[in-house]
Amino acid sequence: MTAGPATPPRPATAGPGSTIGWRGGLAQIGRYTFVSLVLGFFALPLLWLATAPFDRTPTITTSLPEFTLDNFRALLDNPYALRSLWNSILLSGGTAVLVVTFAALAAYALSRVRVPGRDALLYGLLLLSSIVTGTATMVPLYELAFRLNLIDSRLGVILILSGGLLPAAIFILKDFMDGTPTSYEESARVFGASPVQIVWQIVLPMVRPGLATVAVWAVANVWGNFLVPFLLLRNPDKAPAAVIMYTLYTEGGQANLALLSTFSLLYSLPVVLMFVFVSSRYGFRFHGGIKR
Amino acid sequence: MAAITLHRLGKVYPGGVRALDALDLAIADGEFFALLGPSGCGKTTLLRTIAGLEVATEGTVRIGDRDVTDLQPGRRDVAMVFQDYALFPHMTVEENIGYPLRIKKVPRAARHDKATETAAELGLTGLLDRRPGQLSGGQQQRVALARAMACHPQVFLLDEPLSNLDARLRLEARTFLKRLQRELGVTCVFVTHDQAEALALADRIAVLESGRIRQVGTPVEVFRQPANTFVAGFIGSTPMNLLDAEVAGDAVLVAGARLPLPAPVRALVADGDRVVYGVRPEYLDLHPAPVPGALAGRVVVVENLGSSSLVSLDLPGPDGAAGAGLQVVVPEGREPAIGSTGWAVPRDGRSLVYRNGELLHATEPAGATTDPAHAVGPAADSSVTDSPVTDSPVTDSPVTDSSVTGSSVTDSPVGGSVPAGGAVAGSAAGSGAAGGPA
Repeated sequence: MTAGPATPPRPATAGPGSTIGWRGGLAQIGRYTFVSLVLGFFALPLLWLATAPFDRTPTITTSLPEFTLDNFRALLDNPYALRSLWNSILLSGGTAVLVVTFAALAAYALSRVRVPGRDALLYGLLLLSSIVTGTATMVPLYELAFRLNLIDSRLGVILILSGGLLPAAIFILKDFMDGTPTSYEESARVFGASPVQIVWQIVLPMVRPGLATVAVWAVANVWGNFLVPFLLLRNPDKAPAAVIMYTLYTEGGQANLALLSTFSLLYSLPVVLMFVFVSSRYGFRFHGGIKR
Repeated sequence: MAAITLHRLGKVYPGGVRALDALDLAIADGEFFALLGPSGCGKTTLLRTIAGLEVATEGTVRIGDRDVTDLQPGRRDVAMVFQDYALFPHMTVEENIGYPLRIKKVPRAARHDKATETAAELGLTGLLDRRPGQLSGGQQQRVALARAMACHPQVFLLDEPLSNLDARLRLEARTFLKRLQRELGVTCVFVTHDQAEALALADRIAVLESGRIRQVGTPVEVFRQPANTFVAGFIGSTPMNLLDAEVAGDAVLVAGARLPLPAPVRALVADGDRVVYGVRPEYLDLHPAPVPGALAGRVVVVENLGSSSLVSLDLPGPDGAAGAGLQVVVPEGREPAIGSTGWAVPRDGRSLVYRNGELLHATEPAGATTDPAHAVGPAADSSVTDSPVTDSPVTDSPVTDSSVTGSSVTDSPVGGSVPAGGAVAGSAAGSGAAGGPA
């Protein structure tokens, strides 16, 4: 409205202007209603997760809880509940360590060395990896684990899950490696650093956000994986939380909602805490030392 | 501190691209040496080959009295400052400066002392705890220099040291760099595509084109006596005027004008020879009225350069059509009107004659070594006489200490067989000695 001398003839446009404003307001109301609906759709299950564990008689609907901690006490009485969370931590932690270590080494090599057919190899691996831990290969994988005496062994689960996650992890990390200029490494080389020193002191610290991303992603993947540990681990003492969740029934064969909701809350907390920790610690930020 | 000697150095990339072609070069101990050329001429490849980051496919590299051709970069005792400085972003300034010492397993306390001391020398005190990302461009460069200095290398290699700084900072950094090199007295090789940077910083310059050295000389020599038309066109903030000409007796016919042939080359040309007449815009005087021995042309563009102006003239072509252009630098207040006719007179002794792209040198009697190269700097002499390479065109010339620096290295028929370089313009060369960086 501060267009200077052109403002006086404006009153003529006041009519259509207010119509537009009225319609705009309606559109705004519609938009926010839609956003609220979508938000509600996704928020309700989370709300259930927050309230049901503290409810005396949880149902599958969300309601104001009749506050109690009995459900937690009941869960602690279950011999497998807490141990299964520890098993989940072992499996996901072990897998994350393996995946990050091998993916970092492979990604660095693939990023810096020119190998003929490198891109085809990467895309091929990526394509196949979605099959490896998938349902389709469960039979041959079981057979393989059986012959290698890896049935009912946590190591077997870790190895199979790592194999499935590695190609995508290499793919993600190679992108991070490609993004760091080689002049850092060349600079270190001129100062006499050995290849091991270059990787350990220069390359890995610089792709730390990438390593954190891959580690979090691997943990979250293993944490939620049901099929592989369900098939390969016989002893319920070794079963992770995702498998134990499946066993929480009442005597009548119905899903035990009281235990299930409480266990779900405990089951999701570590992953949430990990995300918060990693993003505050590594924050996916990067101090630049290269002037662009 | 050490000299660098390259002997028939070649680099062919796996794809068959030849980046360096049988280079011979001797860089003296303590010299500030520039590798200058357009992009893609191989200058960075040459620097990286000296550093050991590229492996030479033929020839040898010697640093001091060691043959380092097959040595890893870390064992050559060189330090390199990269164009992007390559400061490690996850380390503080102190850790960055101390990194070479960390590699050499120097204890932490000694590293701290050395980093503090080096940082103080370069005015970085107070920044030691910062990360590279928190520094300005000039500070980052100084940290990179400090890191290179910390391990006392024999040779400094700088890749485009000033290209990442803004214009004002660049001048500051240039003076700083030159002073630092003088104080350290360390052999220093840098790469640049900016001829002004090379002229300002270097004791000697090698001009490269497609993997070959076209000329090696002091800034004064490459500016005053470009050995070939490539160097002539490349050196100078305004390129040299290169005009097609024909020899006629003791004169040359250029764009319809008859200009005196520089005295020293008269014996080298015959009547009717097609040559190229070269004169820098700075060495032309523009007159508003006809004068003898002048190139006449119509003024088409006047560009203000501050204290002077660059005037472009259209010279008449052979049959009255528009011919070649000519550029003249005129002092402020003397700018001609656009569309008027100007007469440009080359200053005595400042014009050069090229045949087949190579500078015509005067043949002087043996012993006539009143050559400017002597007076230019100690580096120019020592680099040649100290050189252990005996079969390169640089050193096998009979007059070892003067013919090298001014003459073309690649062209043996002209540059190699004519002993005394840099005597085309006697008077100009004489005064040139005073302008040297000595």
